[in-house]
Amino acid sequence: MPDLSPVSIARPTGTRFSRVLGIASLVGIAWLVVFGLFLSPNDATQKAGVRILYIHVPSAWLAYLAFIVTGVSSAAYLFKRTRSLTWDRIAGASAEVGVLFMGVTLVSGSLWGRISWGIFWTWDSRLTTTAFLFVTYIGYLAVRGLGGTHQQRARRSAIIALLATLEVPLVHFSVKWWRPLHQQESVAEGKLDGLMLFTLFVGIIAFTLLYVWLVLHRQRVLAMEDALDDQGLDVALAERRAEGAQV
Amino acid sequence: MSTWRIARLIAAKDLRIELRSRVVTNQVLPFAALVMVMFAFALDNDNVLTRVAPGLVWLATMFSMLVLVQRSFAVESADGALDALQVAGVRPGGIFLGKSMALAAQLAVLEVVLLLAAIVLYQAEVAWSGAVLLVTTFLAATTGLAFVGTLYGGLAAGAKGRETLLPLLMLPVVAPVLIGATRATEAAFGTNGASSSEGWPWIGLLVLFAALFGTGGTLAFGSLIDE
Repeated sequence: MPDLSPVSIARPTGTRFSRVLGIASLVGIAWLVVFGLFLSPNDATQKAGVRILYIHVPSAWLAYLAFIVTGVSSAAYLFKRTRSLTWDRIAGASAEVGVLFMGVTLVSGSLWGRISWGIFWTWDSRLTTTAFLFVTYIGYLAVRGLGGTHQQRARRSAIIALLATLEVPLVHFSVKWWRPLHQQESVAEGKLDGLMLFTLFVGIIAFTLLYVWLVLHRQRVLAMEDALDDQGLDVALAERRAEGAQV
Repeated sequence: MSTWRIARLIAAKDLRIELRSRVVTNQVLPFAALVMVMFAFALDNDNVLTRVAPGLVWLATMFSMLVLVQRSFAVESADGALDALQVAGVRPGGIFLGKSMALAAQLAVLEVVLLLAAIVLYQAEVAWSGAVLLVTTFLAATTGLAFVGTLYGGLAAGAKGRETLLPLLMLPVVAPVLIGATRATEAAFGTNGASSSEGWPWIGLLVLFAALFGTGGTLAFGSLIDE
């Protein structure tokens, strides 16, 4: 028997755990602002431009983490013994957050590139793979919206996600071979002093907490949407039956 | 019935439909030729055209392939033919392989025409020494493209509004083929002084790509076309 209770107000998506998590990520972001904009020093060559990295590196890490989570959850859905629509919703929620942060990564990265390299974009394998990942997961989200039953959506999108996961190394290596003499794109870790590394670390922690918070809520909203779908069908069936009874 | 026999029957059916309807010869090939002419308008320089000819051949192949794939599944979804095949218990793996074979045959015709167009319009020169590499490149790339086209075409077939999804899904996936096939074709042509030995590593990539999507497609096609 499916749960037919109203899903909008009676069951909000927040729990005590997610509230604590939300506050923790807010505090983390406040820390990041304080350290990133005020306490950490300017870089010797990049000057204040280095501060973009405190957003860029954590969001890139998060975007890749999100796509790994999508891939693993999709595999978990396809694996019979762990098959559950929850995995599908986690995969979808994680991909949405991943696309968002991959957008942030690409924009912040090209701004940083303009400051430190003088160009917005270079056809380096890491950059190109990231751009492909971005487009591929926009396609994945479109596939999720194709309709059908929840199970059809889940199976279809899980397969597309796994194909995308297989595709990433192919794109990476083909671009790498295509442009073997790529620019030095490393952050030049050696040049970052202690406080800079600490700020970067704060950023990664804060963004990871934010990611978990976003995915938790989004996953619950998706569950509610599915429940609403099912409920809508039940309500329509009940109405038709009532009509039949009146005659 | 074995999967292989199903595949051959499906491929023969698709090719017979194409032979009779002549959509490929009357619409897709002229479109591909038009794309090649439009490239010349856009680039407007003979030296540039000769240099980028291999890339343009593959780019035109991929654009035209979008039309071919849509056509390949329009035939199936028009009268619910794909559903009928499934209801009849035809193995989806066989349908996938059959439609891929038919698509590969059509792509091969398309590529030969585009190659000739590049030689005539862009003054691309094919040396005999690169002929083996060229043929291998075309075989490997065509196989991979046909698998990807059938896989994503099957997904995008059916319900309305999905046609616009096909380019978004398919073009990022075939990007490694565009890179690999273009480099290998450049090596075969000797563009920019490339030697044909530089082309063979790319064949490895193309074969890997075809194997990956061939296996994935045969296994997953049933779930993707399930309505």
